[in-house]
Amino acid sequence: MNNGPSVVTHNVRKVDGRKLVTGGAAFTDDIHLPGVLYGKILASPHAHARIKRIDARKARELEGVHAILTYKDVPRVPHTTAGQAWPEPSPYDTYLLDSKVRFVGDRVAAVAAESRAIAERALKLIEVEFEILPAVINMEQAMAPGAPVIHDEPESTKIYDASRNIAAHILREIGNVDEGFRQADFIFEHEYRTHRQQHAMLEPHVTISWLDPDGRLVIRSSTQVPYHCRRQVAMILQIPVSRVHVIKPRIGGGFGGKQEMLLEDISGALALATRRPVKMEYTREEECYMARSRHPQILRMKMGVKRDGTILASHMKVLATTGAYGSHANTVQGNTGSKVLPLYRAPHMRFECDVVYTNAPVAGAFRGYGCPQGFFAQETLVDEIAHKLGIDPVEFHRKNVIRLGDVDRLSAQLGEGREGLPRVIRSCGLPECLDRAAKAIDWTRKRTALPERNGHIKHGVGMSCSMQGSGIAGIDWASAFLKMNEDGSFYLQVGASDVGAGADTVLSQIAAETLGVTLDRVIITSGDTDITPFDVGAYASSTTIISGGAVKKAAEKVRAQVLDLAARMLDVPAADLDCANNEVFSPRRPGKRLSIADVAMFAMYKEKLQIMDGASHFNTDSPPPFCATFAEVEVDTQTGQVRVLHLATAVDPGVAINPMQAEGQVEGAVTQGMGFALTEELLLDEAGRPRNANFLDYKIFSAKDMPKLTTILVTTEEPLGPYGAKSISEVPINGPAPAIANAIYHATGVRIRKLPMRPEDILRALHDKQMQPGEEAVLV
Amino acid sequence: MKTMELRLTVNRQARLWNVAPGEILLNVLRREGYFGVKRGCETGECGACTVLFNGKPINSCLMFAAQAEGAEILTIEGMAQDEHLHEIQEAFLDHGAVQCGFCTPGMILSAKALLDKNPHPTEAEVREALAGHLCRCTGYLKPVQAVLAVEVKS
Repeated sequence: MNNGPSVVTHNVRKVDGRKLVTGGAAFTDDIHLPGVLYGKILASPHAHARIKRIDARKARELEGVHAILTYKDVPRVPHTTAGQAWPEPSPYDTYLLDSKVRFVGDRVAAVAAESRAIAERALKLIEVEFEILPAVINMEQAMAPGAPVIHDEPESTKIYDASRNIAAHILREIGNVDEGFRQADFIFEHEYRTHRQQHAMLEPHVTISWLDPDGRLVIRSSTQVPYHCRRQVAMILQIPVSRVHVIKPRIGGGFGGKQEMLLEDISGALALATRRPVKMEYTREEECYMARSRHPQILRMKMGVKRDGTILASHMKVLATTGAYGSHANTVQGNTGSKVLPLYRAPHMRFECDVVYTNAPVAGAFRGYGCPQGFFAQETLVDEIAHKLGIDPVEFHRKNVIRLGDVDRLSAQLGEGREGLPRVIRSCGLPECLDRAAKAIDWTRKRTALPERNGHIKHGVGMSCSMQGSGIAGIDWASAFLKMNEDGSFYLQVGASDVGAGADTVLSQIAAETLGVTLDRVIITSGDTDITPFDVGAYASSTTIISGGAVKKAAEKVRAQVLDLAARMLDVPAADLDCANNEVFSPRRPGKRLSIADVAMFAMYKEKLQIMDGASHFNTDSPPPFCATFAEVEVDTQTGQVRVLHLATAVDPGVAINPMQAEGQVEGAVTQGMGFALTEELLLDEAGRPRNANFLDYKIFSAKDMPKLTTILVTTEEPLGPYGAKSISEVPINGPAPAIANAIYHATGVRIRKLPMRPEDILRALHDKQMQPGEEAVLV
Repeated sequence: MKTMELRLTVNRQARLWNVAPGEILLNVLRREGYFGVKRGCETGECGACTVLFNGKPINSCLMFAAQAEGAEILTIEGMAQDEHLHEIQEAFLDHGAVQCGFCTPGMILSAKALLDKNPHPTEAEVREALAGHLCRCTGYLKPVQAVLAVEVKS
């Protein structure tokens, strides 16, 4: 009877797809509320200043202005904007509005007016006298003696050392790294630099807040974390959690940028002040510097190896900046160590890191969460080591990478801003990922045959490996609730937040599979704090494994209720019954069969019973998905221009619940990864002002810029995941930057250790190489 | 506020619209409930606000409503006929070309403009037609495959 799963592992259409292809009113801003006001923030023009005097009288007098808020009008509650489980590991260093501004774009005041035009006019009428303070933009100067202290306010907490601008500091070691280096035959060490990448989700942050007829604050928002948002807004506005209702509609992309409470608090404050609905949205320009970005890092990576290529010791030392506020400072950088170094089985590892404040736009969560930076350094260095030892990089990886049954002990030391839990590798498809991606790019031939030397156009191939997690071990948790309707359909209520990656579809598939019904019998509601049970939200690659685990548990309970009742109706033991394709039946007794709708009607109108149940779920481990990325590039040595010709990515996500959607996650992630590698960087001038806050100058790939993409899903069975699933959305973003850098080396013989790899940098490196022939990278 | 009357056909329905002289077409369409016209950048760089203007894709964020006098506009809301999705919409769903869906309306409309004049486009032509639509989710592969699949069917 059982011919394998009938709903999971199938390429079903997205359950919310129809409204998205027809332009249905699905997103936060797709409603008109009567009397809605337009909220707008007065952004600081200075990187660091104290507000000496602020006078909003003229602005308040402007017709159509309903409220102006400054720091004098709101409670002063230290908090973090990071949407993390309580107690958040990020410093409490942020205020709804403050008398000091710490970056260009920081909040000075907020206005609510009858139109956007009036709100913008009102902002110009607010008189502000600033005492301009010295600013520090460059992270390498932030800890220097005499550097301006960015967080000198006494109320902030959880800052590692405010007097030296250090938001977070990490030092963890397993084994004895110094001893490891002593035993090594060779030691390699280099410095790598990464930059400020933007999320650039197509829908900017937008929030509409209003008071419902009971006076409760409703916040309709493009957020990845409705529950954290509810808790944080309640704390900041000093109202009970029970008086806040957060609704997450369809979200136009998040990528971590919406794991952040950015507009919800201030629009809520304006709604409370005006008793009118208040809509706030960032313009594209504001999104670029008033929202969040990836943490720029300077990484010093050192590895010790034996002559045969065995890695003995790794030491990564990171300086990172979180910008003006410490959102995700500790945890993003913690990941740079804990998810990157353990890719290899080295017995000795040390990770040390300072995350410093600067008067720059704030960094935060971003797909990959610290790993793209770490893997760029590690995988570029590893390629260099393999080259120096004369070992093929694929073979070098095979020899050293973590494998089934291994225990990653660094994760036990480096948890979510505190001690973590060890990671046991219970599923690992990395060897197959290497095989299949190498084959897809024709690695052996393209590596061994001399690269074509077509005049000034040089060809090369390069590769990298990476891993990630699936939820935060021991911290991420989720819940789900199911109830049955007369027609044998089920309402599925989950706190999980589909931000476009397809969680609603995957979770509905898991419910349908477990219940033995077709997908159309599951109607999902997600991310509404009044209706759905708790979920930490969409981050840390947690939704499929953690929220999916909760859905599976809830569905198992409901299925048991259905079978118990059907057993009485059919007069057979429940253990004899199965449920599939909207029917309950006994595989051993052919006549014993009922439609699931009959069971529902019987339950409701004979038994007076609502079939329903819920469940919560968490894991004490975070099974890593694995990824191998292979890139083929051509480099124009006259211009330094790099063109990626082919990017082949093989990922082990466990079992893909919806392979078509999983492929889409890979394709999207590698495209962002190529942008990180080659074109995307938010630039600041010396005063900390953004120089390219628009899509014309901040270059993301378009359909015409894309290389050939090959996506390979390698199936493994993860025991901790629902139907064997792990995760997929983050891990592929780690691969492109190092794979492309290594391909550039293969093509041209130059190592690029700074992102993005701009044509001018490549040209300069080519020029330097020509000046010093044979002067290769340093071998210690 | 001073308003002016505009003769405009949106999704095959002709009507008189009251607009202010400086109003942008994007804002007027959204005000009138055409929420499928998305606000992504307001500077003509992302393509999320695309509508077909006399059959040609334009960024509605770059046009005054008044400039649309007498025009025929098709928004994503006009693509499906009754309950039947347009075949491009079907293809986008079948190929997993929709993730967050924010850029999708514009992409589908540009695909329609392409296929209306060139029913058998090459992949390069499809990529050219979609080049004005920034998408941060898909990497464009599945949207391109969806549009090419429509070509195969018809």
